[in-house]
Amino acid sequence: MRLLPPWQGKPLQEIIGLAREVVEDTDFPTVARWREQGGKVVGHFQVYFPEEIAAAAGMLPVKLKGAPLEARNAGSRFGSYLCSIVKTSLELALSDRLKLDLFVTHPICDAARNQAGVWNRSVPYPVDTLYLPQNASFPGAVGYLRGEYQRIQRRIEEIVGRRVSDDALRSAVAVFNENRRLLRELYRLRRETPWLLATDECYVLMALGAVVERREHNELLKAVLPLVRERTAPRQDRLRVIFEGGFCEQPPLDLLRALGQLCYVVDDDLLIGLRWITEDVPTLGDPLTNLADAYLNRSSYSPVQHDARKPKEVMLLKRIRESGAEAAIIGGAKMCEPALEEQVAYAKALEEVNVPYFVTEFEETMVSFENLQLQLETFVENVQFADDDDAAAPAAG
Amino acid sequence: MEATQPASEATVEQQILGRGAREGAGLLRNWYARLDAAARASEPAAYVFVMGSMAEILRVFDFHLVFPEVNSLQTAIRKVSGEYLNEAEDYGYSADICAYVKADVAVQLRGGKHPNGLIPRPTLAVLTNACNTYIKWAEIWERLYHTPAFVIDVPGPRHSGWTNQPGSEDFERDRCYVEAQLRELIVLCERVTGRRFDIDRLREVLAEANATGRVWREMVDLNRSRPAPFNAVGDGTVYLGVMNALRATPEGTRYFERVVEELRYKVEHGLGSMPKEEFRLCFVGVPCYPIFRRFNELFTEHNGNFVTSTYMMFASGGQNVHFEYDLTRPLESLAEGVLLTVRTAMFGMFFTDQLLAEMIEPFQLDGVVYHAVKSCRTVSTGLADTRRSVMARYDIPSLHIESDLVDKRVVAEAPMKNRTDAFFEALAGRRLRAA
Repeated sequence: MRLLPPWQGKPLQEIIGLAREVVEDTDFPTVARWREQGGKVVGHFQVYFPEEIAAAAGMLPVKLKGAPLEARNAGSRFGSYLCSIVKTSLELALSDRLKLDLFVTHPICDAARNQAGVWNRSVPYPVDTLYLPQNASFPGAVGYLRGEYQRIQRRIEEIVGRRVSDDALRSAVAVFNENRRLLRELYRLRRETPWLLATDECYVLMALGAVVERREHNELLKAVLPLVRERTAPRQDRLRVIFEGGFCEQPPLDLLRALGQLCYVVDDDLLIGLRWITEDVPTLGDPLTNLADAYLNRSSYSPVQHDARKPKEVMLLKRIRESGAEAAIIGGAKMCEPALEEQVAYAKALEEVNVPYFVTEFEETMVSFENLQLQLETFVENVQFADDDDAAAPAAG
Repeated sequence: MEATQPASEATVEQQILGRGAREGAGLLRNWYARLDAAARASEPAAYVFVMGSMAEILRVFDFHLVFPEVNSLQTAIRKVSGEYLNEAEDYGYSADICAYVKADVAVQLRGGKHPNGLIPRPTLAVLTNACNTYIKWAEIWERLYHTPAFVIDVPGPRHSGWTNQPGSEDFERDRCYVEAQLRELIVLCERVTGRRFDIDRLREVLAEANATGRVWREMVDLNRSRPAPFNAVGDGTVYLGVMNALRATPEGTRYFERVVEELRYKVEHGLGSMPKEEFRLCFVGVPCYPIFRRFNELFTEHNGNFVTSTYMMFASGGQNVHFEYDLTRPLESLAEGVLLTVRTAMFGMFFTDQLLAEMIEPFQLDGVVYHAVKSCRTVSTGLADTRRSVMARYDIPSLHIESDLVDKRVVAEAPMKNRTDAFFEALAGRRLRAA
């Protein structure tokens, strides 16, 4: 089902503008359109959810990533010392901006794991918790996770009123494989030619996938990628950086744009759940086992998953190396414990290998970036113009 | 030769009353002394947590059990947590990170120096997913010492009304997953200690855990009496300390048997934990350790007694669950017990409204006090909503206050007192109207 306004045949800038409008719209017009046609919706909280299962059942999986709005209804249901995203995600539901048929959360952090209780008490539709393994390298984790996916599938089947066949799952896997391939290509393009695609542009093109059917997202990405390659923007002498810390709550789009004006962001972990699986999931064999195996064994990293095979600081250095970045921006949402805890390990690791870094906090609802911009400008100047001896000086925002 | 005279009532009272607090403090002092000696002798120590300590397996290998949560709260009790927090923050940890974690980081940076003695370094860390901060915390030791950190996934309650019970297919799937992980933990313990696993020793430990659990539940239930013989925050925290430190040991079981003796005596003689118990309260959350005694006084001054708490449930690792290990199939049964108790602890934190519903009548509650703390999002995130929900369904007054478990900078005593005073005025007014 086409959920986006017509974009075919339009210039790249217009398509990006349209993507931005859709991604920023806190009334979720694509989801509303889906529901108008009688479609059902699974809302799932950050970071990762096997959306293939929902898609195979004919439901629209929507990634809940908070929103830049005031939590008028939801604020009083939570304590004071919490990140914004848990409050604004519930606000979307309580204010009827986002209507769901099922909400699934994950115990990714101490705040998020409380969502099942709070949502259960607050919304009329079913709520569930998907326990993704934290003992990720344990050999039995795949079998357990397969069972957990099957349980979620049963839950979804109850809502749509019919069984989901293995063939439907395999078809969905193929569509999502293509989506991930296209997103990898988008990221490769930005990594290799960051002057052709700004960070905020790359972000909105990716984030569309969180609110439309993947087939439509694939069509759009296939049309957009050649248009990006055809751009003729000149290469500038800008610092190549990676942005880390956007795995859950998202920084405001304007903050990403401000970053892009100062440096080339050549890789990031924004909405990493959409790109969590790093290789094609096999379309032969048992689809749920394949999905579980891919989640655990062919996947990226984030501060909310413990995997002894993937120490986060080692993975960060790998991301820097593979993207050819010269520095790192280590962000963290306010009150986000996993991100704030990881900042310490990241900082120590970066100092050891002499990679300059800039530490900062953000909030999805922030509207003023002047101070941050000034600090970042200073950091960039320091790195670009400093002597080799003090190039690794850390900075904090 | 003089005949032995029966002890007078006064002497009996002297021997019995106060033994829970007195002997509990003594046991905890001895436990810290043993940890100090272990640190000096470089004996193997396992860092564990209160929700799913896996003491049953670790005791088979004679690990010293170190509870970093207990160490951290002790820095606040000893009034030195500020120094520890500053040190961790200077190292790079944000002011918004759990203060338990930061106090422990400072202990590690100080080479194990703690106000209660030297803390041994971790030979391994064993943790469950009952709290995500456990995982991030263990990653710090991995980085500092290359300590193996073994995470045991305990699938928790998926939603309200979750009915995954023994015998069901879903329960068996979760239980098998836990059992497979326990077997893997045993292999790790064998590798780390160089000792073979002894299943008969496990049976002994499980039998002792059964005994400790039985007497713990009896103790908690005795507080349904009016007046209640103990304060679930003041006394309860000592009981919790012993429960965790000496769980599944003869020493621990003996202690709780003696506490039950004391409490039974008090119940039989109509003795409460305070001179005049007027209001029976439930404490929801984690205590305010920086002003521990004073915090409790804010309530006892008004003749309010915490007769029960969710803390005694989840911080004992779900010992309220009526479950005993089957010694004929020790590992299978251990997995079942771990799943039932740890997920019950989680249920008590995330679906507190349902737990409270089961407490109001049996404990004859007059009010509920929700204490949210900055440091612990696991326990505190949903408290405001729980309060809203419980108030809508039950006719029970409540108070919601916020502070911290270790960080005194977040503790504002005066506003807390104002709110507590107002809460008791409301309770008294309600009672008057009812009369």
